[in-house]
Order: sequence, then structure tokens, then C-alpha cells
Amino acid sequence: MSLENYPLVRDWLHVKNGRLHLRTGKVDLGQRISTALMCIAAQELALPFDTIDIDPVRTDDSPDEGITSGSNSIEQSGAAQRLACATARQWAMTAAADALGVEVEALSLEDGQISHRGTNDRCDLLDLLVALPADLPVDAQAPAWVLNGPIPDAMPRGLRDMVEGRYVYVHDLERPGMLHARIVCPPKTDAKLAKLDPTVVTRLEEKGVHVIRDGAFLAIAGPQEWQVVRAASSLAAACVWDLGPELATGDIFQAMADRDAQRFSVVDGKPDPDAPLPPTLDAPAYTETFERPYTLHGALGPSAALATFSGGQLEILTHSQGIYFLRDSIADSLGMAPKDVVLEHVPGSGCYGHNAADDAAFEAALVAVALPETPILLKYTRSDEHGREPVGTAMAVRLEARLSAEGHIDAVWMEARGDTHRGRPRAGANRAGPARLAANAARDCDVPRFVPEPNMNRHAGLHRNLDPIYTFADKRMVKALVPDLPLRPSALRCLGAPANVLAIESMMDEQAVAADDDPIAFRIRHLSDPRDIAVLEKLRDVLALAGPCDGPDASGRGIAYAQYKNAMTRVGVAVDLSVTEVGAVALHHVHLVADAGRIVDADGLLAQLEGGVLQGASWALHERVTWGPQGRESLDWESYPVLRFDNVPTFDIHLIDAGHAPSVGAGEASPSPTVAAIANGIFAASGLRLRRMPFDADAVMQAALQA
Amino acid sequence: MLSLRVNGEEVQISTDPDTPLAYVLRDILKLKGTKIGCGLEQCGACTVLADGEAVQSCATPVAVFEGRDITTIEGLAASAEGRRVQQAFTKARAAQCGYCTAGLVVKVTALAQAGVPADRDRLKDALTGHLCRCGSHPRVLQAAEDVLERKA
Ligand code: FES
Ligand code: FES
Repeated sequence: MSLENYPLVRDWLHVKNGRLHLRTGKVDLGQRISTALMCIAAQELALPFDTIDIDPVRTDDSPDEGITSGSNSIEQSGAAQRLACATARQWAMTAAADALGVEVEALSLEDGQISHRGTNDRCDLLDLLVALPADLPVDAQAPAWVLNGPIPDAMPRGLRDMVEGRYVYVHDLERPGMLHARIVCPPKTDAKLAKLDPTVVTRLEEKGVHVIRDGAFLAIAGPQEWQVVRAASSLAAACVWDLGPELATGDIFQAMADRDAQRFSVVDGKPDPDAPLPPTLDAPAYTETFERPYTLHGALGPSAALATFSGGQLEILTHSQGIYFLRDSIADSLGMAPKDVVLEHVPGSGCYGHNAADDAAFEAALVAVALPETPILLKYTRSDEHGREPVGTAMAVRLEARLSAEGHIDAVWMEARGDTHRGRPRAGANRAGPARLAANAARDCDVPRFVPEPNMNRHAGLHRNLDPIYTFADKRMVKALVPDLPLRPSALRCLGAPANVLAIESMMDEQAVAADDDPIAFRIRHLSDPRDIAVLEKLRDVLALAGPCDGPDASGRGIAYAQYKNAMTRVGVAVDLSVTEVGAVALHHVHLVADAGRIVDADGLLAQLEGGVLQGASWALHERVTWGPQGRESLDWESYPVLRFDNVPTFDIHLIDAGHAPSVGAGEASPSPTVAAIANGIFAASGLRLRRMPFDADAVMQAALQA
Repeated sequence: MLSLRVNGEEVQISTDPDTPLAYVLRDILKLKGTKIGCGLEQCGACTVLADGEAVQSCATPVAVFEGRDITTIEGLAASAEGRRVQQAFTKARAAQCGYCTAGLVVKVTALAQAGVPADRDRLKDALTGHLCRCGSHPRVLQAAEDVLERKA
């Protein structure tokens, strides 16, 4: 899609002041996409790494590549960039051949220099590229050059600055005359402001801070950050909220099971509205339900944005993953033309999905519009972020399986149930963009309530990785969308995959145990794709070399396998862990084998796999959002525990370099199999089978009591 | 007026003495390398050195730091230990988004200065007040071990 809309080489790169500038619509969230793009350009153009820059991603300048999510960047932007660079190289080689009066075949390209072999005639590649014709189209057949050169060992962009404290995040920006801003976060997004003590407002204004109000949306702005933080708490204390209907409490999974759902048959990974719903299995040998609660993105740095409204134009610097959709949603909310709203992506804290970045950007804009000509740097507090960000969707996955006489799984029926994963502000019917910005629920405006539409794309939302990768003869799958559950859900890294993979891989483990079979051999027997099998065979070799799981008493090794979206990176993982007497799970070693196609940035790939394992481990062992009738109760890192350093395992990761196979995204490949491997490891260590996340000490002790 | 010693320099600042140190560093002294992740002393992002000890700066009032020697991430390279830690983090590529990194670099420098042995379990416990949500932990541990083993 990237190349269809942006067919020219100039759309993707240009030379300025002797440096190559790459243009992309994909933003860097700490997942190192910019480093990967620089690697691609360095390879294709044989350029030294330090001659390449990435242009800022701006809605009024960059190629619109939609949202940076779903591990699509390397496939989409990476492929476009590779072809654009390869086309530029071909053009430059021809231009050099003309200039030197020789055949292209007599030229070689190295270190940014094109030289006539056997002579000292040479041209500088970047000098030539200055004259690149503006209308040169990207040649979709341009041959890759990369195989001729070694893969550069790229230093991640910005790393040194991060380590030295010089890397600039949106939180750190400064502008002349800039004011700091905070919101007053209501206990519930849709709360109305019943009363606000006017004397408090007057007192604050006398101290030189601005109080901005639009309906129940309240914010404070002032020159000194700490003063603003304090003023926001005084203002919060002066508010009396009308909380409206109470949030439903009690067992969310029971609520989901009891409610009517929009149900679709999922055929080959894709919901089919015309296909009849598949019947459940007759007398299944196995029937279990797996549950995952609401989770937070929980970025380490709370969301922030810098907005300025000047001369009728709004400029917003944001760490949103989807600046184009956000621009349209903000313009629509404010009744402005999209061209008068410009968003630029700037670094924020790592985000893992649709967190509060978009809301904070809009809220900074609301303050900026109220205080024109003044740059506004708005930041959430920790409790704003925990209490207001969209949560990862709670899900329940029911799985039935039937075995053949030979102990082979020959049929499964599965249903993935839960609310939508599509909470991103994005234009659609009923002003769906504005309806998904938190502040519009509070403002004096008539934005209709958001009603989610089922996501019918392949491996999207609830049904991501619902379709088992295994060769079961009879697969029956249902997606069941239950909207209007208590909390506002949206996209969180991996979407439905962790719950679905937990179900499938727990079932595989239980069947392997029941058959007294080796868990890897059992899985291989149910696979046919040679690359799937190769990953598991490699994992078997790795584990043979590592020896049996060694640890204290009650130790065990759990195995799991998944290919993200059944189409992207393949991951086989083994987690060695132990279960302590008080039910805590201690992680010891992680052995992991991955096949991500051709490797672009090996170290970046390893970092994504490691980070994914640890995020999966944090979900598996700790993460759950709690709430009461009046709003969320997980408001800090104590009421929302996460994985910490004391439980970080050692890693042993092996990459399979799949030579000519295309590079596929890896950012979301390892969390889901890790969750399942931990569940299977807990069983191996303790004999307890846990099916509701998180597997924290309480859950383990309760399972032990019931065993 | 409050006097502080930050990164080897005496500074006089006029501010509400209740202002937490991190806000003084970032907003008044414009030393923005120190990050604020929670403001609740729960995540370690705001860690600085006070007389060589790693402390969280997001909640404790600046007045408490009068007369103490404060070193932020920006001033770390003045010491050989600090430089070695920064090099080790770079070599191990111990950052993804990097928001937790400054606090961790400061903390590991304090451990190195205190001569803590390179024992993985003790190191894990020592870093447990620091959160990283991107999963850079294994590389941070690697970098810390390199420094503590004097390899970096
Ligand atoms: S910001 Fe100080 S500990 Fe989190
Ligand atoms: S690298 Fe992102 S929080 Fe640690």
C-alpha cells in the first residue's frame, strides 16, 4: 500500500547537505524501525551509516503509512524503502557510467563511492543523487543488492544520547513562552462536573495559572511545572463529580459469558459473515476456558504532547502511533480543516499499542486553542495514565478438542470472546474518530457514543492467532464480540493472540502429557510446514545441549510454539521456572528459537524478542486492571504490579536466518508463546494447570487448594 | 534562596522549598536527562546521586538536598566510573525507548562506585526498584556485570 500511494523515489529519500534523508510514515517507538530503515538504505546504497538520517514524520510532509502497529512496518515501509533505494542505486550507476564514459558493468560501488574498476576514476554517490529526477518512479523490480554486502551491525539510533541523558523526548521540549499543562482527570471518563468551587478557581488564577474548562474537561496551565502539578491537585479537590451510572463490577468473564455477542465464523483466520456458525463438537475429549483480564499498556513515562495554536493553525508534537488518523479526529472534534492541523511524531516512552498518547495530544490541543499563540506542553501524571488510558481487552477463549483413535487431535472448536481491540481514534460512521477521544466524553459537544464494529480482517482483534497453526483436520472457530463492557478497551501489543495462543498451547501441552509424549515431538506431529518444524527441531537441539531444567524443587520447563498471525515471525520457546512455597513463580532460563525471514537488524530483532518475552512474562504473572463502581483502582505501580528486575531470567536466543524469505515483523512474536510456555512450565513444576491470567501467587495458591 | 551543588557546580535557586528535586533539575536547571515516570518513588526513572548514593528525586523536596553533592546523568561522565557505565550500556545496547535508561545508568554507577560484586542475583535485587516496560533488563544486567567485573 505504501508504494501505491507514494510511487516516486523522491517520496522515500532525498539528499540534503551531503547526507541521505529517508522519509517514512512509520514512527519509532523504541522498536528501532528507524534503525532498520537506515540499515536497509545503508545496504542498498552501500553507504556509511553515519551519512543517513530519518526525516521527522509529519502529517504535512511524510508519506501517509497509516498506523505504526501490527508488526507491519518492516514489511511495508521496509519493502518500499528497499525498492526506492535500489531504484536510486540503479539510476546513480547509470549516471556514473555516463559521466565516466564506461559500461555500468565496469563500475563498483563501495562506501558511498562509485568507481571504475582498475582505475582511480570515481564519483560520489550522494553527489550524484542530488540530481535524482523528481519524477523517477520506484522500480518494483529493482534487484536487491544487499546480498553482496555484509549486514551492517547497526548502532541503534539515539542509543548513545539515551545513555548520556541527551535524548529528547516530548516531555523534555522547550519553546519560548511555553506553558506546562495538566488535566484534572475525572474518576470516570464520562463523569460530569456537578460543582466546581469558584473561589478555588479565582485563587489559582490570581497565582498566575490558567484554568481551562469545556464542560467537564478541566485543565491547568502555567509557567512552572511543579506549580501546575500542585494547582491541578487543588483544582481536583475542588470538583464534585456526577459519576453517572456505576461501572459493573464482579466477574468480568461471567459478564462476558452472559451477554449477547455478535458472533462470526472464522474461516482460515478471517471472519466470514456469510458462513454459518460452526457447531460445537460432539462429546469432545477436552473442554476448557482460558481467560485474560484487562491490562494496561503502562508506558514508563506518562503520555505528553506539545501543542501550539497560532494564526488559525494547530501544530501538535505527539508520540501517537497514528498521527494521520489522529489529525483527522482532532480536526473533526474542533471543526477545523485537516490541513490546518499538523501533527509531528516525536519520541515518547515506549508505548506497546494505543495508550493515552492520542488523548493527551488532543487535550494539549484543547488547552492550546484556549490560549492561542502559546506553546502548551501537557503531561499526564502516573495516575492519569493508569486511570485514563485505554486498556488491553479482557478475553475468554473456549476450546474443545477431539482425538482420533491414534491419539491425534483431529478436531477443535474454539470461541474467542471479548470487547473490541479497535479503540483508536479513526474516522468512521457516527464520527467514530472524535467519539474515541476521551476528552470528548467530557466536553460540551455532541459527539455520539462510540459503537465498535467487528474487525473482519484476517487475524485481527479477538481472532488474532485464533486459527491454530496445527494441521487439525476439522477446525471450527468463532469470534464473539461483546461490546460495552465496563472499561474502554483498545489495541495492546499482540491483540487477541496471547489469550488464543495460551488456549491452543495449553491444550497441546495437556494432550502431550495425557499421551505421555514429548511436547516438541507431539507438536511436530501436528505440523506440516517445514519452517515451523525447523524452529521446533532447533529448539529440541538447543534444549538437548542445555540439559534438563535445573533449579530448586518444584522446577519445570514449559514449551510453546506460535507463528504470529500464522504469517509472520515463528517462535518456539521454552521457559524454565520454579514455583515457590508461597505460590510465586520464579523465572530462571528462557530458550528461544525464532525465524523472522531474512534478518535486517539482528540485534534489534533480538532486543524485540527479549522485550516481548519479558512483557509476556509480566502479563502472565502480574498484570490485571482492577476497578470499582466509581472508576479504576489500578492507579500506580503498587496497585498494578508488573515484572521487575528480580524475576528476569537468562536468555538463550537462536535466530534462524531464512536467507531469501522476506523479512517479517517480530515486535509481537514472542509475548504470546511466552505466556503459554509459563502456564505449561507451572504445570510441569507443580502439577497445577492455570487457565486464568495472571498466574500470580494468589492464583497459584488457590489452584493448589482446589487441586 | 536555596543553594545546591549539582554536577560539581554551586547553584542558587529561588523556588518553593517543597518542590521535588526532579522538578528543580528539569524545569529550573534545564537538566532534562533525569526522567519522571511516576512521581511516587515507585519506578526509579528519576534516580540521581546524592553524595554518591542513588536516590529517587521525584518526590523528596529539594530543601532536603541542600548541602549534598548531586550528580545527574548529565554529570556522570565526569567520573571514570560513570563513563565506564555509559560505555557498557552502549556496548550492551541496553535501551529500547530509553525512558528508564538514565535512572539505571545512575544506579549502576552507584553500585560500581560502592564496589558491589558482579553477582547476578544480588544485582537483580539491587535494580528491583527500577522498572523498564520495554524489556531491556537482560542487556542492563549484562552491562552492569561487565562494569562490576571491570571488563568494560
Ligand atoms: S519518577 Fe521517581 S521513582 Fe518514578
Ligand atoms: S527501554 Fe523503554 S522503559 Fe526501559
